[in-house]
Amino acid sequence: MMTLQLEHVTKRFGDFTAVDDLSLTVGEGTMYGFLGANGAGKTTTFRMILGLLTPTGGTIRWKGKPITYSTSHEIGYLPEERGLYPKMKVEDQLSFLGELRGMKKNDAKAAIRKWLERFEVPQYQSKKVEELSKGNQQKIQVIASLMHNPELLILDEPFSGLDPVNVEMLKGAVKEFRDAGATIVFSSHRMDHVEELCEQLSIIDHGKQVVKGSLREVKRSFGRQNVRIRSDYDITGLQAVSGVRNSSYALDGAVFQVADDETADRLLQEALKSGPVRHFSIEEPSLQDIFIAKVGAEHA
Amino acid sequence: MRKWVRNMREFWIIFKQAFATKARTKSFIITTAIVIAGIFLLANITTIIDKFGGEDSAGDTLPVITEDGAVVQRLADQLKAMGEETVPEVSDEPRNVLDDQVKEGDIDAYLVLASGGGTIDAEYVTEDSMDFGFPMMVQEALQSIQTEMRAESLNLSPAEAGALFEPVAFSQTTLSDSGKTEEELNQARGLVYVLMFLIYFAVIMYSSMIATEVATEKSSRVMEILISSVSPVKHMFAKVLGIGSLGLLQMALFGVFGYIALKTSSAMSELSEGAFSFFGFSDINVMTIVYAVVFFLLGYFLYAVLAALLGSLVSRTEDVQSLIMPMTMLIVIAFIIAVTGLGTPDAAYVKWTSYFPFFAPLVMFLRVGMLDLPLWEPILSIVIMILTIAVLGWFGARVYKGGVLMYGPSRSLKDLKKAVQLGKE
Repeated sequence: MMTLQLEHVTKRFGDFTAVDDLSLTVGEGTMYGFLGANGAGKTTTFRMILGLLTPTGGTIRWKGKPITYSTSHEIGYLPEERGLYPKMKVEDQLSFLGELRGMKKNDAKAAIRKWLERFEVPQYQSKKVEELSKGNQQKIQVIASLMHNPELLILDEPFSGLDPVNVEMLKGAVKEFRDAGATIVFSSHRMDHVEELCEQLSIIDHGKQVVKGSLREVKRSFGRQNVRIRSDYDITGLQAVSGVRNSSYALDGAVFQVADDETADRLLQEALKSGPVRHFSIEEPSLQDIFIAKVGAEHA
Repeated sequence: MRKWVRNMREFWIIFKQAFATKARTKSFIITTAIVIAGIFLLANITTIIDKFGGEDSAGDTLPVITEDGAVVQRLADQLKAMGEETVPEVSDEPRNVLDDQVKEGDIDAYLVLASGGGTIDAEYVTEDSMDFGFPMMVQEALQSIQTEMRAESLNLSPAEAGALFEPVAFSQTTLSDSGKTEEELNQARGLVYVLMFLIYFAVIMYSSMIATEVATEKSSRVMEILISSVSPVKHMFAKVLGIGSLGLLQMALFGVFGYIALKTSSAMSELSEGAFSFFGFSDINVMTIVYAVVFFLLGYFLYAVLAALLGSLVSRTEDVQSLIMPMTMLIVIAFIIAVTGLGTPDAAYVKWTSYFPFFAPLVMFLRVGMLDLPLWEPILSIVIMILTIAVLGWFGARVYKGGVLMYGPSRSLKDLKKAVQLGKE
């Protein structure tokens, strides 16, 4: 099984704990969302997965074995800080990086042409990287991490700095890899991307894993849902219903923050007592809400 | 076995990249071409000067105001014998006319000669005294003419006159084992000086190239991708070897073209023949060249590993120069010791510093080139250098491993400790 498994991984630099007791499992053909504010320990975790840093405690296994340089051909890595040789031509650069990941020169050349076409930038093949716009450099960088068909993909902020059209283009490529069975770890600040792409996710804050699980579980266990009710009658009394934490009223209805589904049921019944309800909906919290609630409190 | 093949493959890919991308840069090609052009220019400098200054020097005349035409004839013969092309010619013009001509640059100079009673009284008039070679030659020529005239007036036969001025048979013998004769020393000095300069220049240039390369890879963050593909240690040594081979190639190009330039120089006449033998190239001392290559390679590796180590500590290319400054100072000190040691290669301070690994590439090379050292001395210093390179390589690899992951305002040697720690983690 092409599974990436982290068990109780801890990393300390002197007195500073960068990553604290992190556990996660990423299965074959799935994409794992890794969320955290800047400096939360994402890059350190990725560096440990890649074997650049050794964990202070815990184990990291890929296909049941630790990652070493002999498995580096199976791995594609897109670092957060984008880096390419500014003076090297796109083609030379990509074929150099591809060869380092174990590709044959001709295969690398073919892959480069294929991906440049795919990302609609074939005209940059023999341009120097420094002549390209930032977004196009990003595409080249993504090609560098994908061209050798890795089984494990580690993408640190893959879509930052791209316009929406290009984001969709790259997203499509990443999804293709997932559907072909690759194991993907993906970090982002863009909650909507994670919500769209990842079945499993973790939010880490100051090295601690504050949220972990599948998207559904995470939303459920967050314990906060919004119930939106619109009625032509007065429903201000509903805030007294037990289980309602918060409420706000607007012209188009009222929003009640509730802890569980039972409270939502009670709210609906109470509302119906006053008269017909024009609109009733239970809104799951967005990942954005969860992230801000879990991490943002300290940052704000 | 398969693992070894893969290891070599990755090493080779980085080696090739370090070598080929640098070798193809415009700056490398242009520098190499300029230096080679410079070598050809220098080798043919006399021809070129002759070509441009052809009308002045070839068939140039020196007007002479004199009553004694015979002396002028003798002067002409004497100058010709000395290899000077300027021909003295009796002039009928008065002094003030010639003065004007000198001032206006129509002629370079003129000579006023008075002779009588076996003595010659000469006055050389010129615009300024910038050119002192020719007047000295004229003086020398006149001196020997006067001597001949005196000998004639004393009725000495040419043989007697010759005996009178026979030079002393003076030769120098050195008793120490390592001694070379003065002539050999002078010959060796030229060659050693040129090679020493090449080593110095190459080591400074290529080691700072390494440091800049590493820092560029770090600052452009391509390093992160590289070291997730191959181990930092392998990356470091492949890089050092790649740039080293580039250096060797460049030095070899200079050497080959330098040789061709000297051999084909049209002015291979007396002058460059003279330069040839001055630099000891006429019978090229093979051992000296071999030692030069050995010391260049060792010196390069020593400093390159140090440079890679230092380069891995900085995050921005702008900080490279300040961080490798202490290293550059080491080479400069070695060069100063070696240059001052050229005159006194057996001085105690030269001897002792020639074993210090960071000075050895220049100082031990100087001693080996200038003296007949017992074989164990250069071998000992080579062994010391190899050991130092090994230790530095081991230490450098540890620093490098952590250094390449370290970002931030790091620009001091204090970061060494931090890097080693990070490398261990």
